[in-house]
Amino acid sequence: MSVYINADTKVIVQGITGETALFHTKQMLEYGTKIVAGVTPGKGGQVIEGVPVFNTVQEAVQETGANVSVIYVPAPFAADAIIEAVDAELDLTICITEHIPVLDMVKVKRYMEGKKTRLVGPNCPGVITADECKIGIMPGYIHKKGHVGVVSRSGTLTYEAVHQLTQAGIGQSTAVGIGGDPVNGTNFIDVLKEFNNDPETYAVVMIGEIGGTAEEEAAEWIKANMTKPVVGFIGGQTAPPGKRMGHAGAIISGGKGTAKEKIKAMNEAGIEVAETPSVIGETLIKVIKEKGLYEKCKTH
Amino acid sequence: MNIHEYQGKEILRKYGVAVPNGRVAFSPEEAVKVAKELGSNVTVVKAQIHAGGRGKAGGVKIAKNLEEVRTYAKELLGKILVTHQTGPEGKEVKRLYIEEGSDIEKEYYLSFILDRATSRVTLMGSEEGGMDIEEVAEKTPEKIFKEVIDPVTGLLPFQARRMAFNMNIPSKLVNKAAKLMLGLYEAFIDKDASILEINPLVVTGNGEVMALDAKFNFDSNALYRHKDIIELRDFDEEDPKEIEASKYDLSYISLDGNIGCMVNGAGLAMATMDTISYYGGQPANFLDVGGGATTEKVTEAFKIILSDPQVKGIFVNIFGGIMKCDVIAEGVIAAAKQVGLEVPLVVRLEGTNVERGKELLNASGLNIVAADSMADGAEKIVKLVG
Repeated sequence: MSVYINADTKVIVQGITGETALFHTKQMLEYGTKIVAGVTPGKGGQVIEGVPVFNTVQEAVQETGANVSVIYVPAPFAADAIIEAVDAELDLTICITEHIPVLDMVKVKRYMEGKKTRLVGPNCPGVITADECKIGIMPGYIHKKGHVGVVSRSGTLTYEAVHQLTQAGIGQSTAVGIGGDPVNGTNFIDVLKEFNNDPETYAVVMIGEIGGTAEEEAAEWIKANMTKPVVGFIGGQTAPPGKRMGHAGAIISGGKGTAKEKIKAMNEAGIEVAETPSVIGETLIKVIKEKGLYEKCKTH
Repeated sequence: MNIHEYQGKEILRKYGVAVPNGRVAFSPEEAVKVAKELGSNVTVVKAQIHAGGRGKAGGVKIAKNLEEVRTYAKELLGKILVTHQTGPEGKEVKRLYIEEGSDIEKEYYLSFILDRATSRVTLMGSEEGGMDIEEVAEKTPEKIFKEVIDPVTGLLPFQARRMAFNMNIPSKLVNKAAKLMLGLYEAFIDKDASILEINPLVVTGNGEVMALDAKFNFDSNALYRHKDIIELRDFDEEDPKEIEASKYDLSYISLDGNIGCMVNGAGLAMATMDTISYYGGQPANFLDVGGGATTEKVTEAFKIILSDPQVKGIFVNIFGGIMKCDVIAEGVIAAAKQVGLEVPLVVRLEGTNVERGKELLNASGLNIVAADSMADGAEKIVKLVG
């Protein structure tokens, strides 16, 4: 089992003819992801890497029965691409694109109200269910099938955590990068709910960073609802206030959104927080041993 | 991106928002000339720096005649202003805003911000103007009012009026205040602002509602569609290394330490700083080379790190996803050859094309210490820097 995506997921690549999209389309195909269509307006009719290209998402869905899309469209056109995916009633659209103007995302979120499509991202590495389906830009080889769910605001830190788990022989159910933008589609709580309901996920790693209050809200939710152990890490403990640390959402403003506050909220919710990113794996292992889940997590 | 108060007020004038008359001045002579033309009884001489808290730091002076304008202008130009937002090193005043004095009856607070919790633009207002709004929020939260704005309709007149009534703006001036708020919202959306703060908004003795200050911050991701805003950028207000980095789309922030960092991904870059600190070192910078970096970009990034005389060692920490390890390796090698590498370099590579990257570094003949993990790399560079 897994969350959001699995071996049956049929994927459309929006913006498939771009350089980055092409590179990652190849990587996803190699991993075994069922990419059934590409979309680039004006390039319909072409076939790229064996994948048929369509002019619109709607046409791609009609012709192939795809249910998920991944977006590599450049930032000025990405909000439109997300709305197109929502309009085509996909189950899920994953937006990798970074640097989308935030007011564009405000409109996208408003448009999505009451619609069926879930958005993951933007500015995220994507979603992967090991050995089944990889959608995004993460390196596939570091993942191993198993029972730990991973959810993170940062791409490369997700890889870091997954890599440590895999090296320690602990596989993952699904790893979800929710992205580093201040306005995004799926938040920590959405993913935590899924992991909580997924019978094959036994424990969760949650990686946050400075800025906003998403981690505090998630901690509160975990305290009240989560039945599975969660360990965490917060990036930016040494970040100076008032400076945007790369991610549009990673900023301590008006003294709010510090790592200290987040770690405190997480500790209060019973979440063990790793002191450095290098011990995220160790911390998880320590906790699942305490809960008697280690052996269960070692196998799949 | 930030702009100066006088630039912000020029934008607001175009949206029909009432602001006092005034102009920028770069010298005491110019300041006097502007004050003469304004011809007001009282003239305000305001230091223009990209930081709040100027008033408390002595950056705003009230002049009663042209001689005082000259004296204050001389005093302020070239002065290092230290406010709670500049840090202890302060900022040098290079521009002044010369403005006619206003007959202030009462000060209010008004701002538009993006509220992350609701994913909406939110109007905030309070009758506690002229103060630090965080302080008001802490001490008297009941005095702060909010209107959440639907992006489909925009700020609605009734919301603006409700805000004005909540702020206890005199009834006969509520419509004027509401009109001003609608103008502010239009400017905020049109220019892709991320913050627009008017502190204070004032009601004057002759029944005007005016923005006495204007603090704009713009969404850097949207600047591509605002050439007029890009032109307002004041390079004097920014770190030269950060300016250089922005030319290559690198996300770079100067810090106080001596270990240069080059990392891909903002989260990993922050975590790398944290790990260096954990092992007792001090990062010299935050640097995210981003996902789609080319060899050229990586080379420039490396040069920027090396241009910082404080840097006594470099830690390259890459976990390739979009970013390919061989591209990083090529960039590091090219930069080291171009500018010469005299400080220790620790490199940790993992992810896409990692083997090719390691091969390139090994074959380069550069004196590179390889690290197996982020912790290993951080520990090694901290030791090497001493």
